[in-house]
Amino acid sequence: MNTKAYALYKKDFNSELRTRYAVNSLAMFIIVAISVILFSIGNEKISQSLTGGLFWVVIFFSAMSGLSRVFVSEEERGTSLALHLVAAPSTIFSGKLLFNVILVFCMNIIIAFLYSMLFEAFIIRNFSLFAVSFILGNIGLAVASTIIAAIISKAGAKGTLYPVLSFPILLPLILTSVQLTLLANQGAGFGDAKFELAIVFCYDVIILTGSYMLFDFVWKD
Amino acid sequence: MSNYSVEAVELNKTFGRRLIFKNLNFEFEDKGIFGISGANGSGKSTLVKIIAGVISPTQGKIIHKEDHKEIPPENLHNYIGFVSPYLVLYEEFSAYENLSYFARIRGVELNKEKIDYLLNEFLLFDRRNDFVKAYSSGMKQRLKFIFALMHSPKLIILDEPTSNLDDKGKESVYKIIESESKTSIAVIASNEKSDLAICESIIELEKFKNNKMNHS
Repeated sequence: MNTKAYALYKKDFNSELRTRYAVNSLAMFIIVAISVILFSIGNEKISQSLTGGLFWVVIFFSAMSGLSRVFVSEEERGTSLALHLVAAPSTIFSGKLLFNVILVFCMNIIIAFLYSMLFEAFIIRNFSLFAVSFILGNIGLAVASTIIAAIISKAGAKGTLYPVLSFPILLPLILTSVQLTLLANQGAGFGDAKFELAIVFCYDVIILTGSYMLFDFVWKD
Repeated sequence: MSNYSVEAVELNKTFGRRLIFKNLNFEFEDKGIFGISGANGSGKSTLVKIIAGVISPTQGKIIHKEDHKEIPPENLHNYIGFVSPYLVLYEEFSAYENLSYFARIRGVELNKEKIDYLLNEFLLFDRRNDFVKAYSSGMKQRLKFIFALMHSPKLIILDEPTSNLDDKGKESVYKIIESESKTSIAVIASNEKSDLAICESIIELEKFKNNKMNHS
């Protein structure tokens, strides 16, 4: 990550402040998804494992509704050529990734906060484990979402393709993160969660390395 | 002398089964204005995008050299200025903000003196703080020239440079191209007679559909 990538992040951040391409759809999705879950549960008591699963379902679909914008908006507005002409592909990917990482963290902190407030069964007993798995899960989600966004931005049916292509790629991450959330809710220690943590860590490293290697080919038509 | 050269070696481009051009060989060296002409759909824009490194050729290669050393593709953007009707700048930012962001993303300090000079030359100085979405198409085209020239590129690629410009705009564009071509290479892809009239040599793309190689 260098100053050029940071400058691209700043450009995207200020562009987002003015256009609200991603933030509005993300906020609406989070509110609607959590409301639907609350209405459907009604007065039922739901289990810890179910709340952990639903927590990541909301995160997954919220990510699908907003994270593709970093590349799709550039393609739709025709500004991607200008980016081609000012920076190397690795700079572009780093800048876009930084924007998505920050957006994912903001989005998921709000989701976690709302969850803790609204769902009685969502009690985090081992906060350190939850924080580590949350950080690793969010990084993996941001990296995978960014490279998939770059791929689908060149395609025709962007809206449909994004969740379809993301689902199999994000499945190992989501499943493991659900398990880690459950362990944190049950108050398990790091020793009990070491395999899951290793899986998420390895996933992050692999997806990050693969994304940087792949992006050159994706970016250049 | 810029010591910059661009060489195309056995360049072929196809889209699916459609051949755009094949066996295209040419070399631009040091400085001057070079033209690319051809009917609509002959591949002028495709060729300039390949020269700029935005898209890849199907076969063959483009070699950019400075001081006889090949420039790696990831550094190419530092040497190229590009203007075309399909280049779009950020409409939610002002002209000045656009140029400032692009300079920072490129990793260079914004040369305020040069930017102000270019804004004056292209008659945009008074509107520099207005959002680009409020610009006319001619003003957007003139802003693209500033975007292309702000980092003093060695190779200036101009795809239909005078589209959307009135006579006054065209005059300032020709003046700038002629002045830049004293130290850099300018490549103009166009069908406009007035655009091609300032070129020293012209590649006629129609000739390269049938495997004929020539660079007039």
